[in-house]
Amino acid sequence: MPSSKAIKSFLPFVIIGVVAALTITMGAIFYRAKRVTAVTMSKEQTVAAQATGSVHARGSADAPVTLEEFGDFQCPPCGRLAEPLQQIEKDYGSRLRVIFRNFPFTIHEHAHEAAYAAEAAGLQGRFWEMHDLLYQEQAAWAKSKEVQTLFEAYSGMIHLDVERFKKDMASDRVKEKVESDRKRGEALGVKNTPTIFINNESVPPTSLNPTALRAAIDAALREKKGS
Amino acid sequence: MPRSQIVVYCLVALISLAGLADATYLTAQALSGETMVCGGSPDCFKVLGSQYAHLGSVPLALVGTIAYFSVFSFAILAAFGYAKVRRLLLITVWSMFAVTLWLLYTQAFILHAFCRYCLFSAAMVFLLAGLIVASRSP
Repeated sequence: MPSSKAIKSFLPFVIIGVVAALTITMGAIFYRAKRVTAVTMSKEQTVAAQATGSVHARGSADAPVTLEEFGDFQCPPCGRLAEPLQQIEKDYGSRLRVIFRNFPFTIHEHAHEAAYAAEAAGLQGRFWEMHDLLYQEQAAWAKSKEVQTLFEAYSGMIHLDVERFKKDMASDRVKEKVESDRKRGEALGVKNTPTIFINNESVPPTSLNPTALRAAIDAALREKKGS
Repeated sequence: MPRSQIVVYCLVALISLAGLADATYLTAQALSGETMVCGGSPDCFKVLGSQYAHLGSVPLALVGTIAYFSVFSFAILAAFGYAKVRRLLLITVWSMFAVTLWLLYTQAFILHAFCRYCLFSAAMVFLLAGLIVASRSP
């Protein structure tokens, strides 16, 4: 039987070992709970998306790879990703189609208004111009108290009919469009922005950077070629 | 070693356990990519998603986890009479205290946002520093 002195010399290391094991276990449990599991769109969901008709898409409809983003114009990570995504679009050209869907959060003070502004611009055929401008100027309007005035100024900058833009922004039509995008996201299990789907497979948040996105697009292209 | 000092080291170990749980949670959050997207608490996101929450590609929370675990280990060993680790405990706690002050400054004056998990960790570090001071007073 070990002496009390021997137990005393071992005990602290046993305690430390137990706490180390518990920490690793706890960390693994938290990680599993936090990890965003990959979502794959079902065929029905893909068909339903195409049937909506008013999808904001850039690039060829026949492109082998489709990147669908659920974004919030006031979300800083969406803003940070906007420019690299534009570069990716340019680099992949006709091989890539990009779709944007609104997923504004109420925790962002002006996110809904920004989404309405983009949709109102879309009614005059300038959705993407407003989309790019909103992300480019995110830091300016996100903190502004005069956000409506700024959005109207942006509408002028992209040569919209400002009076029509103001009316459209307040219309039920744009609100319904934003809501329908949001509902679609919720149905797909979207909880965060940006959430990106590449050929109907969601991209994990840890891969939301230009390098990983290019790798995912390349993999999707190879898969298309192989099939 | 006086009994009061053993009690202090045991308290240090207990408080570092609370900090360890907090830092482990934040590490899991950072590694899962949750801090790279919007959807949670906007203030926590502002802090945890900022450049100040990483040392290169390593989340600061992971460094915190290692620090809290070190404090726990040193405190347990010190409570069991390993005198040599007391100095290491001192160095680790005061280093954590200095980093905590910097992080509080960053949240208050650079990011203008506070994350409740970071504030909890700061409270734990202040308690640890207080206990360390108490353990050294005659």
